Amino acid sequence: MSASGGVLRPASRVLWRTPRLKLALLLSGPVGWLVVAYLGSLFVLLASAFWSTDSFTGNIVRRPTADNFRALLSGEVYRAITLRTLLLAVGVTVIDVLLGFPIAFYMAKVAGRRFRPLLLAALLTPLWASYLVKAYAWRVMVGAGGVLEWALAPVGGRAPGFGLTALWIVLAYLWLPYMILPIFAGLDRLPDSLLEASADLGAGAWRTFRAVILPLTLPAVVAGSIFTFSLTLGDYVAVNIVGGKTQMLGNVIYANVGAANNLPFAAALATVPVAIMLVYLLAARRAGALESL
Amino acid sequence: MQPKTLARLVPLAALLLALAGCGSNEPSGSSGGGAQGFTPPKVPMLQSLGAGEGSVNLVAWAGYVEDGSTDPKVDWVTPFEKATGCKVNVKVAATSDEMVQLMKSGQYDAVSASGDASLRLIAAGDVAPVNTSLVKNYADVFDALKMQPWNSVKGVAYGIPHGRGANLLMWRTDHVKPAPDSWGVVFDPSSPYKGKVTAYDSPIYIADAAVYLKATKPDLSITNPYELDDKQFQASVDLLKRQATVVGEYWSDYTKEIQAFKSGSSVVGTTWQIIANLAKADKAPVEVTLPKEGSTGWSDTWMVSSKATHPNCAYMWMDHIVSPKANAAVAEWFGEAPANRLACDQTADKSHCDTFHATDEAYFSKVAYWTTPIKDCGDARGQVCKDYSEWTRAWTEIKG
Repeated sequence: MSASGGVLRPASRVLWRTPRLKLALLLSGPVGWLVVAYLGSLFVLLASAFWSTDSFTGNIVRRPTADNFRALLSGEVYRAITLRTLLLAVGVTVIDVLLGFPIAFYMAKVAGRRFRPLLLAALLTPLWASYLVKAYAWRVMVGAGGVLEWALAPVGGRAPGFGLTALWIVLAYLWLPYMILPIFAGLDRLPDSLLEASADLGAGAWRTFRAVILPLTLPAVVAGSIFTFSLTLGDYVAVNIVGGKTQMLGNVIYANVGAANNLPFAAALATVPVAIMLVYLLAARRAGALESL
Repeated sequence: MQPKTLARLVPLAALLLALAGCGSNEPSGSSGGGAQGFTPPKVPMLQSLGAGEGSVNLVAWAGYVEDGSTDPKVDWVTPFEKATGCKVNVKVAATSDEMVQLMKSGQYDAVSASGDASLRLIAAGDVAPVNTSLVKNYADVFDALKMQPWNSVKGVAYGIPHGRGANLLMWRTDHVKPAPDSWGVVFDPSSPYKGKVTAYDSPIYIADAAVYLKATKPDLSITNPYELDDKQFQASVDLLKRQATVVGEYWSDYTKEIQAFKSGSSVVGTTWQIIANLAKADKAPVEVTLPKEGSTGWSDTWMVSSKATHPNCAYMWMDHIVSPKANAAVAEWFGEAPANRLACDQTADKSHCDTFHATDEAYFSKVAYWTTPIKDCGDARGQVCKDYSEWTRAWTEIKG
């Protein structure tokens, strides 16, 4: 027997006798990653929110102060930005539910067996293209002389130009697949027999939708909304490209990290979407959405 | 949230506070130092030039480090790489704050710092004093640019002057008529170009409003657009808040501004000469002017990082960029006055130095070089001026 075998044999014997130790060793890798790299960086972020920068040299001053949070809470502009971001996240989510539900329903219940994988592929292809390319394509489309202006001019409409409306359209477009996929999965699990039973009992299409489909797929919708909501809350790239002068939480944080060189204040700002998401996730858990993710 | 979850959060919060407290013995730097009222940390200066390290990492403004990839005719990097064996890696920064932040990372060897970054870099110890005797071409740099308050401290040089110029007003000739000659066109809240006005996205842009107010509201008695007391600052911020109602977008990424002017999404606003050149090359009908109120501007300095891993290549680069030929090329490409007096003979357009007033000190007295605003007003008013952190905060409020 080799020398390594001489070491391994007793080691494996110990592990076999103490299954708890075995489990601990197996889990230490992934859990270590989660705690050190993932939660650790979150802790550093929160801790640095209590530091400040020297306005002249730009060096970070590691003396705890609540100034950042005081500025955050007392500044009217930050309240307005938070509210605007929140409303946009809700707006994007609503549009995506309205657009995504019929598409998902068609895919899950109407389309033929052969057609379905094709639809699924068509839904996923845009995700292969770079986010940046899609955002810049929209910049050209909504800007002056773009496709939207050309299409709307004959009917007396105007291109939205860069701003909140453009941002709404672009983010709703970008996150739509993330809404359709969970709803599709939810509808797929819904037995057709339930719909037939509802029809047999005399319910119309609307009644069936309201009394059977919606309650059963609501967790899936909420699961999809977690994606659209959180992605909108943190987005800073599309804002800079099509948002015009609009300030969102994401790009104000980005500006504080880069252009304004104020990392502690950026960290303080970053706690706002984290807090909003925590509340949202707790509410989603109540709705049972986390099980259908 | 259930009380149990809350109880679990308490030790977490305690840990957080403990973390916040760590490292509090760090020296706080030299805050609130006046223009020369601070002592920079001791950083050794390079004493003799050795062999090149094979590469050099630069932080620069757009158009300062060109290797022919933007325009094949515009290339002063390749000759440098061939002559010295130092491969040039460049990171283009959009604002002075970004430059300060990048230099703090310690990954770069040299930076083309404007006056609103240079002193901050010196005070933070991020850049080293420069041994000008190792830079051969320094001898031919205009005396008016040497040992200035933004590139030296207490008689010690911290950089090599690169060139200077003014921020300009750009407009689309097919949309904006008649041709403007005043900043008033971008500050008019009832502008016919509502939604198509653009402005530079940095707190330092507040100074542009101050320059305009200095000329149009004499009762504010603004003397220096970077030394603003309460009343003057408030007036500038109010002007910018009114301007925000007509601004379509703020730019700091120069490619975004070129695209916006090309498509007509922006038709009038502040710019750099290089952006106008590139937009014209893209066949956008744009024109630029220096408005009658004067303007903000820059006087840039190449500085060496105190943590440079390629100091020899960095010195070679500084010598190269102020050599007559390269300095002429960059000055013509970016649209600024060169720093080297011999560069004036090397420009393709022989009148370049006259056009950009390279030797005209009276002209540059009207240009307010970017400077870091500090508490000390630098005159009889004392410590009542708004410092840069207040400028930054106001800037977020202006954009709303």
